Amino acid sequence: MSETKTAAYICKGCGIGDRLDTEQLAKIAESEGKCSLVRRHDFLCNADGVNTIRNDVDSEGVTHVVIAACSRRAKTDAFGFDDVALGRANLREGVIWVRPDTEEARETTQEMADDYLRMACAEIQYMKQPEANQNAGANKHILVVGGGVSGMTAAIEASKAGYGVLLVEKTGQLGGWAVKLHKRVPDREPFADPQDTGASDLIKSVDHDKNITVFLHSSITRTSGAPGQFSIDISAESGETVTENVGSIIQASGFSNYDANQLPELGYGKSPDVVDQAGLEQLAKQAADGPIKRPSDGKEVESVVFVQCAGQRSDKAGHLPYCSGHCCNTSIKQAMYFKDSNPNVDTMVMYDDLRTPGNGEDFYRSAQRKGVIFTKGKTQQVSPINGQLEVKFHDMILGEEAVATADLVVLATGQVANSGVDIEQTTTLDVEDEGAESELPAEDNTSAVEVPVESILNLTYRQGVDLPHLRHGFSDSHFICFPYETRRSGIYTCGPVRRPMDIAQTMEDATGAALKAIQAVENAVLGRAAHPRSGDLSFPTFRREGCTQCKRCTVECPFGAIDEDEQRYPVFHESRCRRCGTCMGACPVRVISFENYSVDTVGQQVKTVDMPDEFDEKPRILVLACENDAYPALDMAAQQGLEYSPFVRIVPVRCLGSVNTIWITDALNSGYDGVMLMGCKKGDDYQCHFVKGSELAHYRMSKIDDTLQQLQLEPERVETHEVEITDIQRVPRLINEYAAKIEEIGMNPFKGF
Amino acid sequence: MSDVNTAMVQKYRNDFLKEVEENVEEGHWVKMCMQCGVCSGSCPFGPDWAHPPQEIFMMIRAGKRDEVLTTESMWMCTSCYNCIVRCPRELPITHIMHGLANYAHRLGIAPKMNPTRRFSIIFWNNITKTGRVNELALSLKLYFMDGFMSGIKNAMAMASVGIGMLKTKRLNPFALINHKGVKNPKQLHVLLKKAREIEDRRKGIAS
Repeated sequence: MSETKTAAYICKGCGIGDRLDTEQLAKIAESEGKCSLVRRHDFLCNADGVNTIRNDVDSEGVTHVVIAACSRRAKTDAFGFDDVALGRANLREGVIWVRPDTEEARETTQEMADDYLRMACAEIQYMKQPEANQNAGANKHILVVGGGVSGMTAAIEASKAGYGVLLVEKTGQLGGWAVKLHKRVPDREPFADPQDTGASDLIKSVDHDKNITVFLHSSITRTSGAPGQFSIDISAESGETVTENVGSIIQASGFSNYDANQLPELGYGKSPDVVDQAGLEQLAKQAADGPIKRPSDGKEVESVVFVQCAGQRSDKAGHLPYCSGHCCNTSIKQAMYFKDSNPNVDTMVMYDDLRTPGNGEDFYRSAQRKGVIFTKGKTQQVSPINGQLEVKFHDMILGEEAVATADLVVLATGQVANSGVDIEQTTTLDVEDEGAESELPAEDNTSAVEVPVESILNLTYRQGVDLPHLRHGFSDSHFICFPYETRRSGIYTCGPVRRPMDIAQTMEDATGAALKAIQAVENAVLGRAAHPRSGDLSFPTFRREGCTQCKRCTVECPFGAIDEDEQRYPVFHESRCRRCGTCMGACPVRVISFENYSVDTVGQQVKTVDMPDEFDEKPRILVLACENDAYPALDMAAQQGLEYSPFVRIVPVRCLGSVNTIWITDALNSGYDGVMLMGCKKGDDYQCHFVKGSELAHYRMSKIDDTLQQLQLEPERVETHEVEITDIQRVPRLINEYAAKIEEIGMNPFKGF
Repeated sequence: MSDVNTAMVQKYRNDFLKEVEENVEEGHWVKMCMQCGVCSGSCPFGPDWAHPPQEIFMMIRAGKRDEVLTTESMWMCTSCYNCIVRCPRELPITHIMHGLANYAHRLGIAPKMNPTRRFSIIFWNNITKTGRVNELALSLKLYFMDGFMSGIKNAMAMASVGIGMLKTKRLNPFALINHKGVKNPKQLHVLLKKAREIEDRRKGIAS
């Protein structure tokens, strides 16, 4: 686009025309906003209004459009012009709906509207219509790592949707844990008996699928590239390595059994008759529906005790702190192995809390009908005595210590994720070595469980060889909002590597991950972003001459999209980028920007606001609100007619992580009396759509006190809040409370300078 | 005494549970309890029970045969049916409690002086005698079950009620001797005897 032509359209619908002086707004757009074309319309989002804009773009050569009407989240279909730079002044949700329709309020309401129009005009002056990433790859193949139930299901689902799949399995056989099971927990009516695992059918369909190429005895020795253009080294045990290209990756590396040798108090290792659930599956397979014999002397088992939560849901050192979800159902199933072959076998399940997800409640009831006995108790000790096992436990219903004897004891141990190397620990070391500035303090990650630390993906990324973990060694993915997403674009996880789960949940999970992988390749091919800014064409660029090689962007990018070259300059992988702008917020010299979102597009909005005199008693509060949760919450508050202070000026940001501290200092220097930041919930149960953005922002703002001190300003002038999308009542209250506080503190002394 | 009465019961094995399933009315439901405790919480007499229903079910599974059969707990049940209504597993808890009490009584190990048990015996004997309850005889028997003096005391305490009933013709003193039973009580006795025989044979109780 050679020439810039800016046009502003002011809508008078939805009461905007009645409440505001649109003539004045038009004048502002023309004079201050430097719009060469200004139109007012009674009803801008109707066909006529939209056509007016369309015609101006097509025949008048308009390249930049300001729409002063409703929130940028409303009428996105009508105003979805994707060939121009578009700015929206939020006059409806941002102004008239949050202000009372009274004579006294008229003046401040009009000031609000004026400012929002100025801001929209300022924003688009620094905006360019983004052109899609030119470095996009076009490979649509999908790599699945792991040949268990999750991996096979993902492969089959992707293949059914028409995508070529490479399936890599470390061992010599597909099927994972499922082929080691005698039977599985039922997944269909009447949920009464164990059923066939179905693993052989899955293996058969994988083997017969022409879209799926299986690599057995193989592992991934190198992963580089980006969505649409990953390059993978697949190495066989024989040492032979092939390089393949794929568009996206599904990591279905599953789980390992918790090492029951860490439970000597429960008799494991002391007697061969104490087995874990996998051990019992093996015994049941040997028995093949006949009577199960105990390992020590081959005697038919007449009594068996199942110890639930063995080494899990416990805060003892070396134990798993979490619930593995499947083990109650599994023990019920295994008790049925005994009862179904001989109802006279005494089977007791010793539980603390019985949790039977899915349709497990029916399965539980069926086991009770078959005579499986459930005892609520905490097992303390299992010891071999006179050829039998003595189980000492605390009966929690009767409130007393008790003893039971059995021929066999089965320990329900938990799942430990096969999530590879915990890169957070290794990279922290790196950073210390090189003395680079990492803004986040190293987390105290004293995970109790040692998992085999062999890398699964061997990523060549700057941030580490595997996917980041969240808690307890499971790979980081939000379990409700965006379950299969990881912090590496184009790489998805499914199955027990994500969180503990059973076969039924795993198959559902794998199907979901397959769909995400397909979305990722389709977006990548078009040079667009994946979740959560799905379809975004912009991508970050940096001004090399200005860069000081501080490495903040490369360290802090939540998605590992930025590598470093030999001179420690950042290397952006556009296809890996999620467009959150965390790099832009991190950059101390402000050289990183997007075509339509930059330090300037927000900074100019901040500066363009009309700053009243100190003695006008009209403070100005800048609110930087995350567009994912805080801004929608504000919009919804407006829809509900909740009012807030007319002194705030709200600027939506892509993520609180993209907030550059220069905006804050500039705002305070130019006379704002306070700055509020609203982002998503952070921490282990984060709601941040970019995982780390909100956390980084909170950390950065905790450091801004120094700056405030230098300016001799009160620390209260900057506030950071965690806001959820449901905080509809709370958000206006926060604003009003802050406005009252600012009034108390008094005006910013920098006004007018 | 029967042989089941002296049977050795192993702790936390299914022996006693099986005995309950076979011999106690609705006993096959005991294994279905999921130990939520709603029954114990719902029982209006809950705090007065030594072992509320939830605990009794657990004791059965734990093989505490003596404790269960000799406890006064299930004799506390007033048949309000609150537990049955609320049990998420739909156990007929009231019936199980009566079943257990009855089984303990039949084995002869129920607490001898338990008032509910004693009342039940008096009631049973009263009703089976003629086939219909002789209310006046039943009341007198109850008043005097702890001896003559306490009987007089009980009667005096209820005197005003009795006189009131007499005045309103709700109480006929001649019913004491002139009670009308069923047409042929002899046949009823034969019938009851036969039923008892069948039950004993089924439950293995020597009569």
